Amino acid sequence: MAKGNVQLLGSWVSPYSNRVQMVLNLKSVDYEFIEENFYSNKSERLLKANPVHKKIPVLIHDEKPICESLVIIQYIDDVWTENGPSILPSDPYDRAIARFWAAYIDDKWFPCIWVILLSDGADAKKTAALEEFNKGLALLEDAFIKCSKGQKFFGGDKIGYLDIALGCFLGLVRLIQKMDNISLIDESKSPNLFKWAQHFSDDDAIKVVIPETEKLLEFAKVFVAQVKASGINK
Amino acid sequence: MAKGDVQLLGAWSSPFTNRVQMALNLKSIDYEFIEVNFYSNKSESLLKANPVHKTIPVLIHDEKPICESLIIIQYIDEAWTKNGQSILPSDPYDRAIARFWAAYIDEKWFPLLKELGKESGDETKAAIMRKIFEGAGLLEEAFVKCSKGKEFFDGDNVGYVDIVLGCFLGWIKVTESMAGLKLFDETRTPGLAGWAERFVSHNAAKDIVPEPHKLIEFYMMVQAAKASTG
Repeated sequence: MAKGNVQLLGSWVSPYSNRVQMVLNLKSVDYEFIEENFYSNKSERLLKANPVHKKIPVLIHDEKPICESLVIIQYIDDVWTENGPSILPSDPYDRAIARFWAAYIDDKWFPCIWVILLSDGADAKKTAALEEFNKGLALLEDAFIKCSKGQKFFGGDKIGYLDIALGCFLGLVRLIQKMDNISLIDESKSPNLFKWAQHFSDDDAIKVVIPETEKLLEFAKVFVAQVKASGINK
Repeated sequence: MAKGDVQLLGAWSSPFTNRVQMALNLKSIDYEFIEVNFYSNKSESLLKANPVHKTIPVLIHDEKPICESLIIIQYIDEAWTKNGQSILPSDPYDRAIARFWAAYIDEKWFPLLKELGKESGDETKAAIMRKIFEGAGLLEEAFVKCSKGKEFFDGDNVGYVDIVLGCFLGWIKVTESMAGLKLFDETRTPGLAGWAERFVSHNAAKDIVPEPHKLIEFYMMVQAAKASTG
């Protein structure tokens, strides 16, 4: 269901882009996906749509650009109110909790994944990042129990804001598990998140978005080498 | 107008606390302000209310804690819908723009001011100042677009971006006096210069933004305390 013209400047590889794709799918919004090269040679179109940060994703709705994935998701939820259930919880306190954990994931938890991905095995930074990752995971396991109230998702019986804020990173989590031969979301240590990850990835709106591990592996080999060679860090 | 029991754990010197106080004032909400020492010896009540980040502000509404200032402001706006107007714009696109600039201010612009305070080298300071002025330029453009010729980012009334940026005006004045420069001056950023004066005299903000001399005293005290504990 379209409500005006919708384009998404993004990339199949980017979890932030994936978040927005997931929400557009959940809301059955028709849109044109425009794959952008976000890590080198940014297009004129991207620079024009997001002159401040020069980053994807950017949603362009009736020629008006909206930037920053969490801002975009809330925008979609605010505009397409008749398309299925709300992405954010309806209760103000639950909304505050969902926003809190989404901010935590972006500010504290994801940076660990980035370090784990880009550091070598022997690097002390990697060990430290893994420790932080695991501490964060324990907090998120606890948050899941409180938010889900016994149901399948952080959002209850339906996928919601926090499911997407966290779930968009499952592709990268699986990539690291494969590359490093470790278990990041472990069934014995985080039983609830383990199950949640399966339910989340199985959803029709989600499974077409999460990148396949093999494809990510091919991409990662090239990307990680480029990043290390140029010394860019994110 | 109270709707349940409201407490705010915060500190008079913290702009993040100040913005929540402004939001509570805009909505005429009665609350108990609990001054907390946030830079050393964090109190039990703070650690219990915010175990993840251990930072202020924390709003406690009917014993439920809400953390992170921007999240608290949106909570206040959503929980107290009948108290005066919305803090966030009502149009979804304007709301998205307001959230975008709030994130920019907190994640990109204000950290530059903090960084400036920590650096001592002249060249590094000059480089940071350039970035601060660039950012001010972006915020000036944002002000012109959002205000649509009116007094505040939100138009006729003080709203989200006004309080998210306005809460820093005390510290901005401190930075200005230490750097000997105006950040929001009439030539480079005329819109923001006018907005800043109107904002600090607005009812929602006037007894909240601390006097720069008090902030300087506070800053010196914290630096001295850090130096003595190593």
